[in-house]
Amino acid sequence: MRSSVRTRRMRRSLGGLLATASLVVLAACGGSSSTDDTSTDASDDATPVTIDGTSITVYSGRSEALVQPLIDEFTATTGVTVEVRYGDSGELAALLLTEGDASPADVYFGQDAGALGAIEDAGLFATLPDTTLSLVDAAFRSVSGGWVGTSGRARVIVYNPQLVVTPPASLDELLNVQWKGRIGYAPNNASWQSFVTALRVLRGEDGAETWLKAFAANAPVAYEKNGVVRDAVNSGEVAMGLINHYYLYEKIKNEGAAAVVAQNHYLRDGDAGSLVNVAGAGILATSRNASGARAFIDWLLSDAGQRYFSDRTFEYPLVTGIAAFSELPPLGELNAPAIDLADLKTLEATQELLARVGLLTK
Amino acid sequence: MARPSRIPAVLAVPAAAAVFVGLAPLIYLFDAGFSRGIQGVVDEIMRSRTLWLVVRSLTLTLVVTLASVVIGTSCAWIVVRTSLRGRIALLTLFALPLAIPSYLAAFAWVSWLPGIAGFFGAALVLTIVSYPYVMLPVAAALRATDIALEDVARSLGISPLAAAWRVSLRQVQPAIVGGGLLVALYVVSDFGAVAAMRYETFTWVIYGAYRAGFNPTRAAILALVLVAIAAVLIILERRVRGRTARTRLGRGLNRRSVQVSPRSLRIAAWTWSGIVIGVSVGVPIVSVTSWMRRGTAVTDWGDVALTIRDSFGIGIATALATVLLALPVGIAIARFSGRFTRATEASVYVTHSLPGIVVALSVVYLGISLVRPLYQQVPLLVFGQMIIFLPLVVGAVRNAVEQSTPVLEDVARSLGTSRMATLRRVTIPVALPGIAAGGALALLGAVKELPTTLLLRPTGLETLSTSIWKYSVVSDYGAVGPYAVALMLLAAAPTAVLSTFSVMKAARQ
Repeated sequence: MRSSVRTRRMRRSLGGLLATASLVVLAACGGSSSTDDTSTDASDDATPVTIDGTSITVYSGRSEALVQPLIDEFTATTGVTVEVRYGDSGELAALLLTEGDASPADVYFGQDAGALGAIEDAGLFATLPDTTLSLVDAAFRSVSGGWVGTSGRARVIVYNPQLVVTPPASLDELLNVQWKGRIGYAPNNASWQSFVTALRVLRGEDGAETWLKAFAANAPVAYEKNGVVRDAVNSGEVAMGLINHYYLYEKIKNEGAAAVVAQNHYLRDGDAGSLVNVAGAGILATSRNASGARAFIDWLLSDAGQRYFSDRTFEYPLVTGIAAFSELPPLGELNAPAIDLADLKTLEATQELLARVGLLTK
Repeated sequence: MARPSRIPAVLAVPAAAAVFVGLAPLIYLFDAGFSRGIQGVVDEIMRSRTLWLVVRSLTLTLVVTLASVVIGTSCAWIVVRTSLRGRIALLTLFALPLAIPSYLAAFAWVSWLPGIAGFFGAALVLTIVSYPYVMLPVAAALRATDIALEDVARSLGISPLAAAWRVSLRQVQPAIVGGGLLVALYVVSDFGAVAAMRYETFTWVIYGAYRAGFNPTRAAILALVLVAIAAVLIILERRVRGRTARTRLGRGLNRRSVQVSPRSLRIAAWTWSGIVIGVSVGVPIVSVTSWMRRGTAVTDWGDVALTIRDSFGIGIATALATVLLALPVGIAIARFSGRFTRATEASVYVTHSLPGIVVALSVVYLGISLVRPLYQQVPLLVFGQMIIFLPLVVGAVRNAVEQSTPVLEDVARSLGTSRMATLRRVTIPVALPGIAAGGALALLGAVKELPTTLLLRPTGLETLSTSIWKYSVVSDYGAVGPYAVALMLLAAAPTAVLSTFSVMKAARQ
């Protein structure tokens, strides 16, 4: 599987380089071989999408390490080849907004609901068929049907039981002075920022700012990434951390249960601390292979696709009837806040607020 | 000797092509930025946060530029004007930060010393990756200036340092200021280092507007502010550079050897060199190689080799294309004065303050409507890189041509040689080492460039920098290691060629 991917890549890049070389070095202009290479390359890229419909282009904000094996399985099963363009979820959304109608993308597969909501707002998504949408609980898909959640991740308080006897029962208990300097968080992390956006949606701008100022006054410890927060909690460097649920299981998988003392605590109080955010996908209205694109999204929501996320990343499957990883509390019992996940698109205002209260930058 | 102001068509026409490339992003920025009318632009700029962040960016720019000038000039002086052993090796080591991307240097430092995050960390990292842009042209200029003047000063009882300060520095001032401008524009545009160091600058809001605000209009307006800042910096540079005579009038002595430096000076020079190299090259290399040991995954060396090939393929294509484009501009600036030349120069530099994502999206905007078949193909990726690296190469060409005397060209012309033939047979061959050094700068830049490559590359194509990105987003630093080490090791070769070419050979006539 891997080697076939690589051979394709080699051919692509060589053809492209030849095309450049023929542009740059004006000599040898009559060389029919380089012209042939260029045209092969171009047809390689564009034609299958438009003519025979067996290829789709996916813009993926989810990482290659995570999703490429699942995509390879999709190709093996359906025969639809997939060109995947990996990048940052937000940057790929900006790319789509700039490309507009001319985008070569058929599917956008993003890391969080905010970017999906923004693309839908710009009118770039086609409406998904009800048969696809109805697979997923209404809370985890677009209200107007432009995108659907493909896996879920819950916010948790990860804590070290040797340092914390009773973990806080609510976000406001985190502000208690006994936790001063003992809470870890990852200021640049998108999930942390989505949590703060949910806080703004639920408590309003003033309510969110009040909480954040008090949180900042409690001297939380900033780490580079969620995984580092988790490790700091596990080693006892800090008592607790605000991260997503699956980081703990990742560590157990990699290092064995004996190496991990930290535990997850779910707030389950319907507040922003119980947020369940999703990764999700939608089909571009300008897709020239909508049937291939639908097949791709249905694949993500198939038993195989949903179990893949559950097994590989310990994320929550979102299709009703597919059980989550056995260590996790059922999705229905998390008491996630009742918000429209598309509202998480006001991320920029969140970053400005975080910068203002001193939680984003130094 | 005044430079003529009438520029011949043989230079003016190709220079106009460079102007188009340099200004291409402005087409996108004006179109996207003004899509909500002039009032939208005013509202966006008048927000207090915008102005506050401009102040923070400029503070960082000032500090990094001054530090780069001090470090770059002192290192150049050590290489050219002291009698330390192994000065050519030292020169290459001083230039080696060119092989280290700012995001990698920043991450190396912050993962080793988390407390360094903030203004200090950002200023430190940007200085260590930037000072070679001052060091190289200053070293070349120092080497081309007549050492006899310094000797005369010393024979009058002035210490070596004081002689350098009073005599040589004056002569190389244009090189210092030109390098400083490149550093300043780069610092204004950087996002990788300030993001890793969590120091909020103006580029934060531009990236925020794209990535978190999903608002290209807002991002374009803010990017136009950076263009305005660049324009001010360019004007400032002209003022400071002033009217110094920039070409050598006679051959002078151009002696290769220097007087033996006193022992105390040698010790001081070694200590300073050790500190500069340790901080700028040592820490990132130690940090990155330690990631390799941390990894448990088996490295796919076949993939590393393929990635190296594609990286350097694109880098070489970028270097060749950029040199072709930069030649007429660099020669025109060096040999002619006047409004056309000044406008050409400014238009090449003015978009150098734009962050990679803005350059990338402007190429997306133009490419997808004008040259659809080339969209997400190598030629457009190379075009994007050319916009970014054109000023570096123009600067290198300008310096190389300025340091060669125009007398040879005058002789050729007086013997009836055409302008074109004179360029081909005299101007370019004489300046060739410096021109090649400019190409190497573009090659290095393209190999380590990330944001533009990520958005413009052909789908599926991986370079060393995109591979570093791919594994670092999933925190797989064991896998990052081989790509990062390969990048720094392989970039060291062009760095060595570039530094010796631009300094040691530049003044040969």
